[in-house]
Order: sequence, then structure tokens, then C-alpha cells
Amino acid sequence: MSRYFTEDHEWIDLDGDIATVGITDYAQGQLGDIVFVETPEDGKQFAKGDEAAVVESVKAASDVYSPVSGTVTEGNSALDDNPALVNEDPEGEGWFFKLELRDAGELDGLMDESKYKKFVESL
Amino acid sequence: MSINQSGWRPEMGNSGNGCGGPATYTGNRALMLEEPLLFEIGKLSNTGLDIEEVKAPASRLGGLERKADIGLPGLSEPETVRHYTRLSRQNYAIDLGLFPLGSCTMKHNPRLNERVARMPGFADIHPLQPVDTVQGALEVIHQLAHWLVTLTGMHSVAMSPKAGAHGELCGILAIRAALEARGDTRSVILVPESAHGTNPATAAFAGYKVENIPATKDGRVDLAALQERLGPDVAAVMITNPNTCGLFERDMKAISDAVHAAGALVYCDGANFNAIVGRVRPGDLGVDAMHINLHKTFSTPHGGGGPGSGPVVFSEALTSFAPLPFVEKTADGFALVEEETAGEHHARSFGRMVAFHGQMGMFTRALAYILSHGADGLKQVAEDAVLNANYILRSLEDVLDAPFAASGPCMHEAIFSDAGLAEGFTTLDIAKALIDEGYHPMTMYFPLVVHGAMLVEPTETESKDTLDQFIGALRSVAERAKAGDEALKGAPYYAPRRRLDETQAARKPVLVWNEPQQAEAAE
Repeated sequence: MSRYFTEDHEWIDLDGDIATVGITDYAQGQLGDIVFVETPEDGKQFAKGDEAAVVESVKAASDVYSPVSGTVTEGNSALDDNPALVNEDPEGEGWFFKLELRDAGELDGLMDESKYKKFVESL
Repeated sequence: MSINQSGWRPEMGNSGNGCGGPATYTGNRALMLEEPLLFEIGKLSNTGLDIEEVKAPASRLGGLERKADIGLPGLSEPETVRHYTRLSRQNYAIDLGLFPLGSCTMKHNPRLNERVARMPGFADIHPLQPVDTVQGALEVIHQLAHWLVTLTGMHSVAMSPKAGAHGELCGILAIRAALEARGDTRSVILVPESAHGTNPATAAFAGYKVENIPATKDGRVDLAALQERLGPDVAAVMITNPNTCGLFERDMKAISDAVHAAGALVYCDGANFNAIVGRVRPGDLGVDAMHINLHKTFSTPHGGGGPGSGPVVFSEALTSFAPLPFVEKTADGFALVEEETAGEHHARSFGRMVAFHGQMGMFTRALAYILSHGADGLKQVAEDAVLNANYILRSLEDVLDAPFAASGPCMHEAIFSDAGLAEGFTTLDIAKALIDEGYHPMTMYFPLVVHGAMLVEPTETESKDTLDQFIGALRSVAERAKAGDEALKGAPYYAPRRRLDETQAARKPVLVWNEPQQAEAAE
């Protein structure tokens, strides 16, 4: 399994052709206490860059963009009752949604963990 | 059990608030009166009215009628009046002090406006009255429309939209009608990062796809990025000018020219018109539609004090698509142009925004403000608003980070970031400490392009002495946040409630009041 990162502070875990998407620890730190997450419904189709989820903190509401194209297989229903999971474990239990990847080639331009770390330091 | 579990409560006596005096029997502290919920004062069994029991006719609701008591507390008139008056004393208002809420233009509401609005010929009329009985009111709408068109250099105005975002929708619907009339199916609206947050929401609500245009480092629209994105799919660009970083979009004319050359239209969010009224006419900058917030620029009350009002001015290209109704001057007096009387010159109108004619009470106030200031006075309104904001910006830029300090003078609002505060100290701590200093906090965490933003808009209302005192208070609080004064984390200390748990309130809101025994049973 390999992990990719985007400049919009999302992470993608790839397992076969199923991609799990969430926001990074840096992103949750910037947002502050998260109070609401809206995840996409199963079967929803996204092109790369489409608005896929909404995350709301005490400071602001933000869109989460689908980092790759594909069809949603599952939204993380645990976030409905406990949005704090995104603060507590952003890159684990606090995942947003899973989707079936349409084009693995879209992952090529993304960053790996060390590159993303450098990207965050440069901000 | 009262609903509000946080902050100071009477049973806590005087501990924790540094008053030092003995506890009182009631828990009140002189003029600081603790006020329970209406439900906690009133008894369900009481009534404040003396009316005879009415024998209800047989229900025809087929079993759907209410079976249990409605559960409203009974209070007398003085009990009710006192409840709300006591609560109002725990609130902050423009009539109590400087209200630095950025992007909101909390300026003084002149009492002359109130006198005019209460004249029976304006206050006691009904929108369905025959027009020959309300000629004076129609003349007010007609005159205000004239001045709004004159001040903006535009072609026409729709008076009916009820507030800023409603005005935005009106403008975008007119743009859509104009595009549809020429068979154009453009589907994208571009919104710069420096625009108001309602702009993308309006565009999406009107059925458009929204795309962001980045801001430059100095806080303005990136003209090159905008030009690159313009194309046959772009319907309009929504620009806030002066923008929400408090800056004038200097490239506005170039932006409008580029947008028009690409076949699209320019919507300008005119919420910040107060900074340029009398100095700049948006019509000269190529704007096609713009809303004007009467409740900001023209001093009509808002923020709980009154409804908004957002007339929309149009360029010649959009005028025929504007919504009904209009007030027109005819040989027989003033007439309302509605659907039945629209005729050919308004046949392309996209429809209506509201059932009637708009916020009459705001029209009278705004016209009173315009006429009492005159052309020179309005020009000075803009100049003083800008001068006051720059005074705040330059007085505090040595202690607070001002990200656009080098971008030239600010317009009506000064913006600061949280850079340079001690580790773990935030904009929120500064805002809460300002409450202890006796001020409503500034707008915070907006605009999003500035980290930990603090947006301060003093308006032209404030004197130099008032500004100096506010600057002193904000400077003191900022210095404590830079020095890492832990006491700041506990602010506010002197408000009716201490710092509330906003996270918990948003995650697990308590939206229903239950009788104490029910609430205890549920626990």
C-alpha cells in the first residue's frame, strides 16, 4: 500500500484500485476543532478536482476536493457522529471517503510523504 | 438546571471574578443581573392574559390536532418586558460604543432617519393600498432610486432586493437572463479569493459552476490569472470592490474590459461602497450590476436592529432584464410598473425578487441620510471612513502583523494577521480579551486568505479620541498575546459568561428546552 499527498493537504492510500482519501495532520491543525463533516454518497462519480466533501470547523467551512477521478464506494459514516476523529486521527480513523480509481495515471503528479513534509515546511 | 452550564453563575458568588466584595443574597451584582430563561421564569400553569375560556369548536383535523399542552410559559407583560430588557443589557450595540466588526460597516444610525421613517405617511401604509393614496411613499422610492443611479453612474436600479446576498442573486439572475436572451449557455462564474464569501454561494445557487481566481501577494485580483481563465464558458466575474482585504481593486477597469472582451459580464459586490461613495462611480469602471447595502453605506440599522436592504444598480446592457416592480414618474404622478403594466419596455424582465416593493422603512432612512449629507457630505463619509481605517492600520502595524501594509493605503477596513503572537496564542484570545476591555470584537478568521485574520472597520462615525482609546486597548491585548500572558487564555473574565465551549456547542448543540424533571430523567 502506498500513500500520496496533494498540495490541497489531502492524503490518498492506494490498495489495489481502491483509494482512501482524507485530510492531513497539517490541514486539521490549520482548521482547528472540526465540528461537522459531510462525506459523499456511495456511487457518486467524481472527476479529479471536483468538490467531494465538506469540512466545517469553528473557524471556517472548507471544501475537500477529490484528488483523483473515480466512483465513491464508501463515505466514513463514523464522522457523522464524531467529527472530532478528524482532529484526533486525521491520517487514520478520520478518513473521509473511499473511491474506485478510474485512472491510476492521475497519481503520478502527487507527492510522497517526504516531499509533502518539505512542501509543508515551505509554507 | 439551567441550560447554560458555563461561565459565571449567581451560585458561584463573587469568586473567580476578582470583585472582592461579599456575596449577595440574590446572586446579582448591582446592575449586573443574572437572567434565567423565559421558560425558567414563567410557569406553564400561569397566564398573563385575562380572557374567558373559549369553547373550542369540534376539530376538523381528523385526528391530527394537538393532544398535549403546547407548553409555553405564562408571563405578565412587565415580566416579559423586563426579561428582554435585562437580556438586552448584556448585549453590545452601536449605541453603546465603537463596533469594529470588519466587513459589516457598523456606523451610527442618525436619529433624523428614525424620525422620518416614523412619519405616519411612511410608517402606517400597506403595500396593497391604491397607488393614489401612497404617492409620497412612491416619490421616496423614486427619489432614492435617482440618487443611487447618480452616485453609482449606472443606468437603472432594482429597489426590491432585501439585503446584500439577495441583491447578488438579483444581479446574477439578470446576467443569466441577458445571456439566455442571446442564446448563450455559458456556465462558469469566476470569483476571486478577495471577494465576499457570499459571492460563490450566490453563483452556485443561480446554477453556475464556481471557479476561484487567486489573489496576488498584495491582496488584489491576479489580473493575469483572470485573463488566462476567461473564455467562451465564462458567464460572469464577481468582484468585491473595495475588496475584503480592505483594498481598492486598482485594475478594475482593465478587469472589466477583459471580461467584456471575452463576452462575459461584470458583477460587483458593492457591500463596501461606503469607502468610495462620492469619490468613485462604479459605472465608470465597467460594472454591469452591483448591489448597494443601504444598511451599510446609507446607515440604516442592521445586525439585529433592522432588516437589510440591497438595491441593485444595472448597466444599460442589463437594464431591460431587471426585476419588477419599478416606480415611474408619469404625467398623473408616480406609478408602480408591475407585470400587468410592464408593457414592452420591461417585457424582458426576469421576474420578481419579492412579493411587494422592498424595505420601505429602509428607503426612507437611506434617503434621509443622503439628503441630510448632500454631495459634499457623502464624499466626506467615504474620506473619513478611509482615514479612520488607515489611522488604525498605521497605529498598530508595529505591534500586529499587517500583511497588506505595503499594498498602499487601505480603504474602509484594516486587516491584521496572527503572525508574531506567542506560541499557542491565537486571534480568538485577542478577541475574547477585547470583550473584557468593553468592545465587541473585530471580525476574525475572515478573509480566509489571511492567517488568523483580524478585520477592523471603524467607519466614519468614530472620533479620534474614540479611535485612540480602542487602539490603546487592542495594543495592550496584542502585547500581552505576544508576551505569552497566560491570563489571556481565560478571557473574558468580566462578561456575563466566561469563555464558552464553541466546539462542543457546534458538535452537540442543545436545541430543545426540556422541563427540569424531564431533563434529569433523560440523564
